[in-house]
Amino acid sequence: MINSRFFNRSELLGFLALGVLLFLILPLSLDIFRLNLVAKYLTYAFVGIGLVLCWGYGGILSLGQGVFFGLGGYCMAMYLKLEASSVANTKIQSTPGIPDFMDWNQLTSLPFFWKPFHSFPITLLAILLVPAFFALIIGAAMFKRRVGGVYFAIITQAIAAILTILIVGQQGYTGGINGITDLRTLHGWDIRTDHAKFILYFVEVVLLFGCIVAAQFIRLTKLGRILVAMREQEDRVRFSGYSVANFKIFAFCAAAVFAAIGGAMFTLEVGFMSPSFVGIVPSIEMVIYTAVGGRMSIFGAVWGALLVNFAKTSLSESFPQLWLFGLGALFIAVVLAFPNGLSGIWADHVQPRIDRLLASRKSKSAAGMIADGAPAE
Amino acid sequence: MSDETKPGLKSPLRRKLLMGMAALPAVSMLGRPAFADVPATSAVNTTGLAVTDSEVTVGILHSVTGTMAISETGSVEAEKLAIEQINAAGGVLGRKIKFIQEDGASDWPTFAEKAKKLLVNDKCAAVMGCWTSASRKAVLPVFEQYNGMLYYPTFYEGLEQSKNVIYTGQEATQQIIAGLDWVNKTKGAKSFYLLGSDYIWPRTSNKIARKHIENHLQGCKVVGEEYFPLGSTQFNSVINKIKLTKPDVIYAIIVGGSNVAFYKQLKAAGIDLSKQTLLTISVTEDEIDGIGGENIAGAYACMKYFQSLDNANNKAFVPAFKKMWGEKTVIGDVTQAAYLGPWLWKLTVEKAQSFDIDKIAAASPGVEFKGAPEGYVRIHENHHLWSKTRVGRAKADGQYELIYETADLVEPDPFPKGYQ
Repeated sequence: MINSRFFNRSELLGFLALGVLLFLILPLSLDIFRLNLVAKYLTYAFVGIGLVLCWGYGGILSLGQGVFFGLGGYCMAMYLKLEASSVANTKIQSTPGIPDFMDWNQLTSLPFFWKPFHSFPITLLAILLVPAFFALIIGAAMFKRRVGGVYFAIITQAIAAILTILIVGQQGYTGGINGITDLRTLHGWDIRTDHAKFILYFVEVVLLFGCIVAAQFIRLTKLGRILVAMREQEDRVRFSGYSVANFKIFAFCAAAVFAAIGGAMFTLEVGFMSPSFVGIVPSIEMVIYTAVGGRMSIFGAVWGALLVNFAKTSLSESFPQLWLFGLGALFIAVVLAFPNGLSGIWADHVQPRIDRLLASRKSKSAAGMIADGAPAE
Repeated sequence: MSDETKPGLKSPLRRKLLMGMAALPAVSMLGRPAFADVPATSAVNTTGLAVTDSEVTVGILHSVTGTMAISETGSVEAEKLAIEQINAAGGVLGRKIKFIQEDGASDWPTFAEKAKKLLVNDKCAAVMGCWTSASRKAVLPVFEQYNGMLYYPTFYEGLEQSKNVIYTGQEATQQIIAGLDWVNKTKGAKSFYLLGSDYIWPRTSNKIARKHIENHLQGCKVVGEEYFPLGSTQFNSVINKIKLTKPDVIYAIIVGGSNVAFYKQLKAAGIDLSKQTLLTISVTEDEIDGIGGENIAGAYACMKYFQSLDNANNKAFVPAFKKMWGEKTVIGDVTQAAYLGPWLWKLTVEKAQSFDIDKIAAASPGVEFKGAPEGYVRIHENHHLWSKTRVGRAKADGQYELIYETADLVEPDPFPKGYQ
């Protein structure tokens, strides 16, 4: 079953289609406002890719990915906020040079954990390491004790709730429910201009493809196959001498890092970060994007995030009072009718036709083909 | 070159043309008498806003879905009523107002996205919207970047002032100080127990209240201060503490659905609001609808508007609102403030004789609205409103009875010295 090529033919097709869409069609056809919206949708695709790895392949359902999305986003927001709170910008405050919300909450100096975020390289490292470390602690605490399945999902949900309450409660340090707002420049570069939004979009798409390749790499190595084996028969893998917990921790940490990259990009694209991305509701929404796209397919996760968010925006613009019903109906329909999501539809209905077309020209080549949505490899 | 063109002015053809041009205004006045005083679009709209010869587009941006929908619906209704009335009275600079409504979905980033859409895509000449401070903080950079104008209706914590926002609700000091002075003077209150939901508005408001109690009221003290997560429904422990400390005044800034649990549990614990003074700045008639008048009867609220106000403007406003939105609707402080938004904008545009945002921002200070249901309001240099502060007492039928109002308009002071 070992596939010597990095992408099989259908995956290569998916990769190219997505590349053409994101690099050419969308930037050329959309105005900068809509393109910025697409960039916002794509930040959820990062989370989706992580969920494909840890939920689709590893079988670990996390309902707390918003925690990592938020951690990444907050790290970036702290850096941007410090840059926006220069002494010159904040001279009307009673303590100039600290973020405005700290001043409103009677803080007179910068808290110690904010100080490292003066440095851009440290911020970039923190975006990757803080969520990974957090995931490592949660993962080690859970998986070493063989907590899994529904229990793990509930605990991740609880962590999302706890973190939200912590952020809201400690508003002197975190900006509270308002979040960290009014972010202006990245290393002196104004991120609010149309030109900057255009560049940020491409930076994000490049990062997204980097994550797709990384996820594909993990999936194709022996590690990826152990993840699938664990999902199907955890005990057998354990009896074969593998440390199941460590593999699970790895998958969970990887998903956390992907989510954090998405969160950091979100802060840059949207211009603020707030606890409303950390809690239970956004975390579940992220799982829904992945489910709609197809939890077994990396590309499906990207399409899911794009399409669901697009539907959300266009429905709410057309029917401000009814759109939530429409969106709810869409979710129910997809989950009931197509349990493998969009990529399932593709694999069951579209892919066979393409194969038949190709097979008529080149016989016998379709035999080794593995469809995107197939549960086992 | 220019010398050569001068003789052309004297040519007969040129003279005829000039005569024709001079006659043009007269002809157009004959042809369209109704629009005689409509200034040209090119003159009143130099920055490409959505203004045509007959129409001007504004945005309405509130949550009509999600947890905030229950609070924000009243604001949407009031804004639509104001727009309809303005259109019936001839519109703004002769142009009918058309509105585009967007849903903020109780979600701050959605607010930012929709605000951007209203400004960038729809080129709205003004936006009436937002309710929570968090949503306003989320859209503020958008309004400043794309130079839009936001009319924000909610009473809020202050500490903000923007060229691109007109705050039609009260900022914290307007709402708090007069109420504390009143309760101190008429009730002889000396000890206060401060309560609040845990976010910036109650925290900042209680901070101002504490400073005022400790520094400005003789011999008064705060005996307790506590915060509860948004949506919290467990108030038994704090009610026990209140019973122990026996404060003269319970000062409550609890918001949203938590109010229902709080007032019911107070009543169940045997605290009788006709004997125990309770002063709130967060319960309008809208909230009483959910709490139930019998649970809160006797409590005092301090804000700028009550539905029961007895003045000619309000007597016209309340029936008009009920006629449009149903007999059962109630009108709270924020709903009334939302109603001011479109009117203040219309008056400002007509004062500036322009829809341009910069000109409106500059013309806003000094604009007065004599038809306000709350009486009379005027925009201050800091873009907040001069308004009176009133204390009302809740009745079992869900309405407030006016007990006290300040003699003069209270000056808005979003950055109060000595209270920060």
